Amino acid sequence: MTVGRLADILGARIAVLGDGEREVLSGYCGDFLSNVMGKAPADCAWFTVMSNVNVCAVASLTDCAAVVLCEGTEPDAALAERAAQNEVNLLITPLTVYEAAVELSRHLN
Amino acid sequence: MGEDRIRLEFAVSGNNFASAGSASEEVKSTLKKLGIPSADIRRVAIAMYEGEINMVIHAGGGVATADIYLDRIEIVLADKGKGIPDVELAMTPGWSTAPENIRALGFGAGMGLPNMKKYTDEFSIESEVGVGTTVRMTIRFN
Repeated sequence: MTVGRLADILGARIAVLGDGEREVLSGYCGDFLSNVMGKAPADCAWFTVMSNVNVCAVASLTDCAAVVLCEGTEPDAALAERAAQNEVNLLITPLTVYEAAVELSRHLN
Repeated sequence: MGEDRIRLEFAVSGNNFASAGSASEEVKSTLKKLGIPSADIRRVAIAMYEGEINMVIHAGGGVATADIYLDRIEIVLADKGKGIPDVELAMTPGWSTAPENIRALGFGAGMGLPNMKKYTDEFSIESEVGVGTTVRMTIRFN
């Protein structure tokens, strides 16, 4: 599934679209950044409510396909700016982390 | 004649979380240009970022050096911080001494050092309380 399609199924607002055609292969849920770096697979959608600038570094270094800020969490100004610079896909959904992950799973299978 | 090598050196500034990761990003983009496999780049980037963050949180910054060879990268992270009294304990997954304000940023899960070990082929820490800590990591390219 592409990041653009992911935004559709999550009813997500697109904050930054670096590459809407990028393929999402799986998902990861978590807010502790080291857990994400230890466990999140490349090309995943990362569901989180963490919204500071370090999220961009972690997303970029782990090579995740998109960051999905859940529960309507708005990115810090610094996060939005850095994500745009680094072309990191950044979506905002009103869904909870659980609901968003379930939606992704339903559409991946 | 010595082995071909590219050396990148970075000053990591303490208590600056916004700029933390810039050394890892630069190493990552250099490896990309050199055509290193993306799975290896990912390992390097994560291990180095964790190291940078540790220097920012615990040591007031330090120096990161990355030597890139044809078949591997050797990373040295050296600081003059307070040191680690018990390295074995610090390596325990989930063990953290990060303060609450750091945890609020999403750091301090106690997975930094375990992640660095997990993603590298060679990993060592030398630390002396009151003197500083040096972490050495090698990642071989597949």
